[in-house]
Amino acid sequence: MGHIKLTNVAKSFGSVDVLHDISLEIADSEFVVFVGPSGCGKSTLLRMIAGLDRPSRGELTIDGKLVNNVPAADRGLAMVFQSYALYPHMSVRQNLAFGLENTKMPKAEIVERIAEAARMLEIEPYLERRPGQLSGGQRQRVAIGRAIVRRPVAFLLDEPLSNLDAELRGSTRAELAALHARLSATMIYVTHDQVEAMTLADRIVVLRAGRVEQVGTPLELYNSPANRFVAGFIGSPHMNFLDGTIESLGPSKAVVALTGGHRVEVPVDGTAAGARVTLGVRPQHISIGDKQGIPAEIKLVEALGSETVLHADVAGQKVLVVAPGQHDLMAGAGIHLSLSAAPLHIFNEQGLRLG
Amino acid sequence: MKADIPGKPGFNFGDAAMVPVRFAMELVDPPLRWLQRTAGLGGMATFFLLPNMLIFGIFVLLPFFINFAYSMTGGAALFLPDRNFVGADQYARLFDCSNYLDPNSCAEDTFWTAVGNTGWFVLLQVTLMIGVSLVTALILNRDLRARSFWRAVFFFPVLLSPVVVGLIWKWILQRQGLLNFGLYGLGFEPHAWLNDRNWSFAAAVGVSIWAHMGFYTLILLAGLQAIPKDLYEAAEMDGTKPTRVFLRITLPLLAPNLLVVIVLVLIRAVQIFDEVYVLTGGGPGTSTLFLTQYIYETGFAAQLRNPGLAAAASILMGAVLVVLTLLQLSLGRSSEKKGDRK
Amino acid sequence: MSRIAQFLFRRKGGRGWHWTDIVTWVWLVGGLFIMFGPAVWLVGSSFKSPAALAEFPPTILPYITQKVTVSGIDKPLDLYEVTLEGGKTVKLAEVRRVGVVSQMVDPSNPGEVIKVNISQRKPVREMSFASENYTGPFTHFDFVRYLWNSVFVTVVATLITLIVNSMAAFALSKYEFRGRTIAMLLILATLMVPLSVIMVPLYSIVSALGLFNSLWGVILPTVATPTGVFILRQYMLTIPDELIDAARMDKASEWQIYWRIILPLTAPALAVLAIFSVVWRWNDFLWPLIVLSRKELYTLQVGLSIYSGELNVQWHFILAMTVVTMIPVVLVFIFLQRFITTGIAGTGLK
Ligand SMILES: Nc1ncnc2c1ncn2[C@@H]1O[C@H](COP(=O)(O)OP(=O)(O)OP(=O)(O)O)[C@@H](O)[C@H]1O
Ligand SMILES: [Mg+2]
Repeated sequence: MGHIKLTNVAKSFGSVDVLHDISLEIADSEFVVFVGPSGCGKSTLLRMIAGLDRPSRGELTIDGKLVNNVPAADRGLAMVFQSYALYPHMSVRQNLAFGLENTKMPKAEIVERIAEAARMLEIEPYLERRPGQLSGGQRQRVAIGRAIVRRPVAFLLDEPLSNLDAELRGSTRAELAALHARLSATMIYVTHDQVEAMTLADRIVVLRAGRVEQVGTPLELYNSPANRFVAGFIGSPHMNFLDGTIESLGPSKAVVALTGGHRVEVPVDGTAAGARVTLGVRPQHISIGDKQGIPAEIKLVEALGSETVLHADVAGQKVLVVAPGQHDLMAGAGIHLSLSAAPLHIFNEQGLRLG
Repeated sequence: MKADIPGKPGFNFGDAAMVPVRFAMELVDPPLRWLQRTAGLGGMATFFLLPNMLIFGIFVLLPFFINFAYSMTGGAALFLPDRNFVGADQYARLFDCSNYLDPNSCAEDTFWTAVGNTGWFVLLQVTLMIGVSLVTALILNRDLRARSFWRAVFFFPVLLSPVVVGLIWKWILQRQGLLNFGLYGLGFEPHAWLNDRNWSFAAAVGVSIWAHMGFYTLILLAGLQAIPKDLYEAAEMDGTKPTRVFLRITLPLLAPNLLVVIVLVLIRAVQIFDEVYVLTGGGPGTSTLFLTQYIYETGFAAQLRNPGLAAAASILMGAVLVVLTLLQLSLGRSSEKKGDRK
Repeated sequence: MSRIAQFLFRRKGGRGWHWTDIVTWVWLVGGLFIMFGPAVWLVGSSFKSPAALAEFPPTILPYITQKVTVSGIDKPLDLYEVTLEGGKTVKLAEVRRVGVVSQMVDPSNPGEVIKVNISQRKPVREMSFASENYTGPFTHFDFVRYLWNSVFVTVVATLITLIVNSMAAFALSKYEFRGRTIAMLLILATLMVPLSVIMVPLYSIVSALGLFNSLWGVILPTVATPTGVFILRQYMLTIPDELIDAARMDKASEWQIYWRIILPLTAPALAVLAIFSVVWRWNDFLWPLIVLSRKELYTLQVGLSIYSGELNVQWHFILAMTVVTMIPVVLVFIFLQRFITTGIAGTGLK
């Protein structure tokens, strides 16, 4: 129950192509997160799965049934909207009951389901209030409650936490994870937030400009991003990119000369000597080294206590370094950076991962 | 944390009143669900639009188009198929004059009298109405106590029905009326105002200003209140003279509203009928006979009624109104644009 | 009183008086009299007896001459205050008047007739409200019928307007379909086609549909108001589309979305339209005048205008009926004036 499959799905609004050729398979009770920059089509993709928009091309199946032309109401899915979309003129109880009444469910069962969801989400004290009389966090719970009472085969959540403050977001995130474990229903979750994506997802789908860039578990995406875009998008602060050229090629190893002359050895194949490449390295993996390191100039020091963020300049390219602990460094000072312990990522001129 | 709102009261009148409505709505739901399944969302959109469009088509669009056909037929018969085609004869009749400056030289002299009266009426109405409502709006926009009370005072007659307005003033202007009483107190002889050709026309103009000025005052006042106060404060800091402030700040910024009001007054004035009909019946003679009354009487009331002629006259009037309305819409558009730019 | 005056006349800034302040107050107080005066005069007059109405100069309040019954004479006689030659004033009843001489008797001494010049006598008057002006129309005219017809037309037309306009506004604000812009333009274009332009063909269409001399003939042509569609659509555009999506996910049919989500949320705009519609339909005149030719179908406005246009106008009844016709609109004015004025200021419609 809750197995969703998209085959070459595309969507255009008039002459604007918003989604191109998306193929994706979501297993039952999987927690899948869609991430991507604003306007890349996450919401559109989710709405298409929901049945609120029709795909222009391609096939969409739920549990093996083609649902391209099945209206939203009959797909057995529930959705939590970014704005919550609670009916402002109904009490919380009526909000929860609305969807159930529409299926002609017996009154007693409606009452029971609402009670259960209310208990689970701890919204019992507010059942007779209107949404306008609730705080943001309470509204958000009601929106989730409205989905839960329906017992859908899959939950679709469009940036459900984006209207909450940071602290509440953290605690609600944990509750959502617990909820997923408990309900073991498929969840498709759209977010901008790195941390939400990394902590909640079984698999993350990275979208850009209407195309899937990479699908994988959070750590797969972190450890071996398929291209420069994913590498830059996943991880915080984002990955440093340094331009260079392949100088010499050995068996499964290559030497890259960075702009500025410094050389590093990287495990890579499938390229040719002389090719221009980009070297990617995460700020956390760069350490402050001895004279053998890459010379750099410190532009700004952000001391956060537990760690220190250095904004450095390497031969005209900006490099971010996150060094654990506290360092006695000043802007303007010259240092040397070491990549010896760092997992390195190499991307070719098209931005695709090498090796 | 907000205080808990107590639960529902036991009985709610609104809910009880809703029960039959709910029942009716639920009753039509299953067939409409079926419609939605078969016809889709587009079909539902058509369904929602249909009743309005049907009524609108039958009672507005259709008459609008067959009006042209009517204007090309003659005779007193009502139904279009029973009428004989006369081409442009009706228009020719309307324009059959030996001297275009003198209504009495026309075959259809009452039409031209009505046109002339309406023209004068429109002219007087626009100038006086704008003057009176602008002054009232400016006064109401001052630092007044109880502004909404005073606004309501001037708005009161707007809601009255034209018939009531006509009767109120007929009662005041008649021979034993309040006006004569007042003048009598000042030593004047009583006068039968409504039996006097000139005075009855003045009364028609005055009464419709009385009845509608509150409406235009309201629009102008809204415009005045939308002018940012800091502009006035800045002008005051510069020591600008009040007349200059009015001419250089108030008037230009009020211009969009003022234009809308002018066109609205024009459109309404061209169609003047109800209150004047009750007040004077178009008389004495034809001194307060206006276009709408001419059309009404030619089409329905006259001994020798001639619907074709009435239709032709109404099309001419419609043409004027279309021009005025397009003017209004384009003014509205351009003032909207100005708003965007701000 | 002086408190109220103080409240009304106090200047906000507390500065001195300027000539513009004087103009302001002259204009406002003058406006108060000119705007309310005529209606108040009408209401006052409606309580006067026909005799008092015919009087000139008129009195402000309704007075009638006091009557006394004198033994030996059947009819009650008018009572006068008479100044006798000696300068004494007594109250006498008038038996008969011949030219400038009035024959009077003292009610306490009916035997003796006193001749008095009419310039020497003044009627003794008392206030009296002629309530028969209000009860009379119920018997003299079909007043109850007119009232009922007006109420029927107003209520039914308003209900249909609300339903039909809100459905159209829903379609025009929340659905994407071909022809939407055309439909919207068509509706807006109606603003250019007022009744006075189409009354001839409209009359024949209404007759062809068998609605001539029927209240439905008055109601139907008025209900598809473009302004109604317009205000409701503008309001519905502000309702987030996500609510509709949510309802669709909640398995609501489009019809349910319309009446359980959209209608309740549009309530403020519906209220404004309802008020406008009530005032419009209650005040309608020309169209009912054309469609209704049978007396028992007249609405109040038509009945009033026809009876006031008769040769021998029974003003005492007309005035009272006018007052009754004014009542609903005055109630609307008193209780909902704020609603309407903000509605007009916001949309510029009437
Ligand atoms: N109804 C529509 N008509 C035309 N274009 C649309 C429509 N809906 C969305 N788009 C376009 O499709 C693109 C994708 O929109 P979508 O809402 O899916 O983005 P998103 O990834 O959810 O962005 P965000 O993170 O800001 O919510 C955008 O460029 C948007 O302008
Ligand atoms: Mg989105």
